[in-house]
Amino acid sequence: MIEVQHLYKSFRHTQVLHDISVRFHEKKTNMIIGQSGSGKTVLLKCINGLLDVDQGRILYDDTVFNELSFKKKKEIRKNIGMVFQGGALFDSETVEQNVKFPLDMFTTMGEAEKLNRVNECLDRVNIENANKLYPAEISGGMQKRVAIARAIALNPKYLFFDEPISGLDPKTAIRIDRLIGELTRDIETTTIINTHDMNSVMEIGDKVIFLYNGQKWWEGSREDILHSDNPELNDFVFATNLAKTVRDLRKSGHT
Amino acid sequence: MKPLRELFTHIGRFIILMGRVFAPPEKKNMYYRQILREIEFLGINSMGIVAIISVFIGAVITIQTSYNTESPLYPSYLIGLAVRDILLLEFSSTIVALILSGKIGSNIASELGSMRITEQVDALEIMGVNSASYLIMPKIIAAVFFLPFLTIMSIFIGLFGGWLGGVVTGVVSSHDYIYGIQYAFIPYYITYTLIKAAIFGFIITAVASYRGYYAFGGALQVGKNSTRAVVESSVIVLITNYILTQLLLT
Repeated sequence: MIEVQHLYKSFRHTQVLHDISVRFHEKKTNMIIGQSGSGKTVLLKCINGLLDVDQGRILYDDTVFNELSFKKKKEIRKNIGMVFQGGALFDSETVEQNVKFPLDMFTTMGEAEKLNRVNECLDRVNIENANKLYPAEISGGMQKRVAIARAIALNPKYLFFDEPISGLDPKTAIRIDRLIGELTRDIETTTIINTHDMNSVMEIGDKVIFLYNGQKWWEGSREDILHSDNPELNDFVFATNLAKTVRDLRKSGHT
Repeated sequence: MKPLRELFTHIGRFIILMGRVFAPPEKKNMYYRQILREIEFLGINSMGIVAIISVFIGAVITIQTSYNTESPLYPSYLIGLAVRDILLLEFSSTIVALILSGKIGSNIASELGSMRITEQVDALEIMGVNSASYLIMPKIIAAVFFLPFLTIMSIFIGLFGGWLGGVVTGVVSSHDYIYGIQYAFIPYYITYTLIKAAIFGFIITAVASYRGYYAFGGALQVGKNSTRAVVESSVIVLITNYILTQLLLT
């Protein structure tokens, strides 16, 4: 279980996060949504310890993560898998070496066992015949999937995704969304995703947190979004003409 | 006051970074692999440029010394002695370090800077890897152990270049040159130059790594940090050279 209590974060004189408290659903897909600059990425990086918080507590199963020493944080981080916005694959290593990296670093598996696990993870994300290719030689969508394979290599308890479908075409984006949903169910991870893509939210979001100007403005399920009368949330969710049309059709009784 | 405060901020951050760099490694054989990779990348790949520069500088020192000491009072073997001492005391350690601060310093700063801005450093951290140690320590170890080797190589190639330059132009005979490079030889100079090379190896890699590791923003900032890494490591090499000369030779 991950819980955030009264979190504050600022950079110099700019308050980015203001009194955020949220409890993420265990073994479910939790989505953090909000406009660009609303503090989504900062919140995610505070939760996984890449950024220090000014005030507040981050709890991982009742352990106050942000008060732990660097060494003790490392123990919890071994249960965390993260997929960054750009994939963050190691440029100088092949697809296979990228996925094998956490196994090399943290397991005592033999070489054959590690390669089996690498292939298993790559199969899981539908990557074939790309083991010996470098990140620069594969497409953006494939890079994201390799990053997911690397993130799940150690069977993490928690999975974080920062804008997992940004820059991808709609078809690939849906494939990635579904993959994340399946992984959350199959590996039983607690998944937290930063996104501003409403298709992703409606596709896989079990719990949704809406950030507005660095504050938690709204939280609920994906079904709740459609019936919410929160004006800022509605502005964000129904920003496109397509979304507005769908809402109007629903209101007028069409399905 | 502001530049002074900035200077102390950098020194503080540098010390903290070095504390993390020299923390015990997570898995030794992974670091060992990285060290070998860095030796190839930073050391072996620099042998060509060091050899080319050394051979020509050796030849030029021979010719310069001969034209500046054209007097019957100076025996011609002094040319060999001058080439040897210049290479041994300054050129092969300090000048090679300055050249390498341009080559490998900018390389390290831009590599780490790119990794930082593309979140590869964060990816390591999130896995529970001490990114500073994993990325920087192998570079420092590779440079500290390999720069003395490059220095020795530079001395030998420089001496050969001096001989070649002297014999080809006829300013010194082969016999006199070889006699000169053996004349009044002080073995301690070898120790002195190797100590300097090892320390310069640390400075070049540590300063460049600091600049790269703390890069932020985009490609422009990475470029600026690479330039800073080269300028700062060169200046620190020169200042350290002065201090070490004072400490070790007087």
